[in-house]
Amino acid sequence: MIGQVPEIRIAQTQSPSASGSPSQEAPRPTGSVPESEIRKFLLSRGNSAVADRGFQWLMVLCAFSIFGIVVLIATELIRQSQEAWHAFGLKFFFKADIDPSTNLPWYWDPVNGHFSALPFVYGTLVTSLMALVLAVPLAVGVAIFLTEMCPKSLRGGLAFVTELLAAIPSVIYGLWAIFILVPILRQYVNPGLNKALGWTGFFTDTNPTGLGYFASSVILAIMILPIISSLTREVMSAVPHSQREAVLALGATRWEMIRTGVLRNARIGIVGAIILGLGRALGETMAVQMVIGNTPEISRSLLANGTSMAAVIASEYAEAANDLHRSALTEIGLALFIVTIIVNTLARLLVWAVTRGAPARAH
Amino acid sequence: MTNSFNSRLRTATDHLVTGLAILATILVIAPLLAIFVYLVFKGASSLNLDFFTKMQKPPGELGGGMANAIVGSGVLLGVASLIGVPIGIGAGIFLAEFGRGTKLANAVRFTADVLNGVPSIVMGIAGYALVVVPTGHFSAFAGGVTLGIMMIPTITRTTEEMLLMVPNSVREAALGLGVPNWRSVLSITVRTASPGIITGCMLAFSRVAGETAPLLFTALGNSFWSTNLNREIAALPLQIYVYAQGPYDDWHRMAWGGALVLIILIVLAVSLVRYVTSRGVLKGAS
Repeated sequence: MIGQVPEIRIAQTQSPSASGSPSQEAPRPTGSVPESEIRKFLLSRGNSAVADRGFQWLMVLCAFSIFGIVVLIATELIRQSQEAWHAFGLKFFFKADIDPSTNLPWYWDPVNGHFSALPFVYGTLVTSLMALVLAVPLAVGVAIFLTEMCPKSLRGGLAFVTELLAAIPSVIYGLWAIFILVPILRQYVNPGLNKALGWTGFFTDTNPTGLGYFASSVILAIMILPIISSLTREVMSAVPHSQREAVLALGATRWEMIRTGVLRNARIGIVGAIILGLGRALGETMAVQMVIGNTPEISRSLLANGTSMAAVIASEYAEAANDLHRSALTEIGLALFIVTIIVNTLARLLVWAVTRGAPARAH
Repeated sequence: MTNSFNSRLRTATDHLVTGLAILATILVIAPLLAIFVYLVFKGASSLNLDFFTKMQKPPGELGGGMANAIVGSGVLLGVASLIGVPIGIGAGIFLAEFGRGTKLANAVRFTADVLNGVPSIVMGIAGYALVVVPTGHFSAFAGGVTLGIMMIPTITRTTEEMLLMVPNSVREAALGLGVPNWRSVLSITVRTASPGIITGCMLAFSRVAGETAPLLFTALGNSFWSTNLNREIAALPLQIYVYAQGPYDDWHRMAWGGALVLIILIVLAVSLVRYVTSRGVLKGAS
């Protein structure tokens, strides 16, 4: 292993010159190292045609299996959600019936076969957006600190710490939230919010448990912070140094340099990072399920119990009351699948646009 | 006069923003430290020999351990690795060695990234539909397959990146000596990149080791000893989930212990990745 170090260093310095002529369409995510002409020549002589062909096809098969998996997931989700789709159609996600006896909205009643995904969609949106509101300023702050201000000796350690934060399993966040975060919120934060902002109706504290939308938003914010901050860092460090130098030479302070020279250039990438964070927040399951309260209702107050799309699947799928119930849950899963694909695609395109083909990693 | 006021205002803003950035960093690190402190503080006391060697006791009874969950996790991860590692590495080899620069490779890479972003709970439903429905019951196999599929994109992407760092001259040298291409790829290129590929696998491994959501309705969990692939099986994260929501203090203690075990595994994996990548052997692979 040690012996290989110099070789690879050489390769890194050589690779730009090896590309020689300005080659075809550049915007590719990875693989800035081009295929070598010598190798092509050697391959064209072909010294073990059958085995080589076989090996290549095996690898292509592995690559195609990735397509296969996505197609398989999509078809299974569509197939299994047919029943609910035929029973409720599009109004499943937008409307709920009114219970004739109580005059209250009738959202989710598996026993009587009454299903509407409205409270879950609402919970997912509210918690994810709140999480973004809490996480984005912090994440951008950390990225600014790490790229522009931090002494070099601290940088590696802090990057490691944020990486660790991204690697902690969801269920451990949930455990921590149940025993540490929620009691703190219940005792100190929620009453305070109620006092200060209760008049808006969004922070009416009538919930003695401390669980609910707000608790899940806080834990979600902690979970998506590392993703947003590491990607923001990546796009910010992709801004050329000459930009910073030029702005500083005009007499700007450091903040003005960051604002006009760095953030303005990286803004598309930062938006991409935020959208990627949103994608994570939308699909996050365990931590949310453990602290959101799991009540299929819609409340204006953020301190009330609620539920989310992922959480309801986690809590009810294994013990679905009947086929229609399971089908409805699968349809929620399908919606989650489609939304996260769209969100992720959008985010990656934006990040690629800024880092110009450098690989964008989400952890 | 206005000029100097203006410049003082600008300096003040600069200081303010610097302060805010530092504050943000502290606010981000605080929860991490809090999580670690609590995990060690609460988890360490419940880690003893029983924890690793005994099965869980019925609700309310003191003592017992998480041995069946640890073994269950091991079985699940074993099945997952058997599926995820070869396919992931194979697809990575395709991207770096055969498909370089082609439209197909770009499509594969993009699909892998999308697959990586699919919520694990959705993967769980897919696992349920693909394995549990046809076989008619929850099983360790279903859980393993689901986790295996989740490992593929991470392994593919790290393998590709590691292979791209192997210089072309190495491939040329091998081919120039008359080695067939498949041998050159497997025993020269892949072997050169193997430290990075192995750490990529470790990373994927440690990530799915903590997955709970897709196991809820594939492996389901089991409070008894089981290593049968065809039966429900216990898993560490599932057990943490059940214990955390249970009403007994003893269960909570066990949950913290299980969480500590998981987190140690993950910290080791992440540190290993960092160690390998920071040595310059295969930079940029974190």
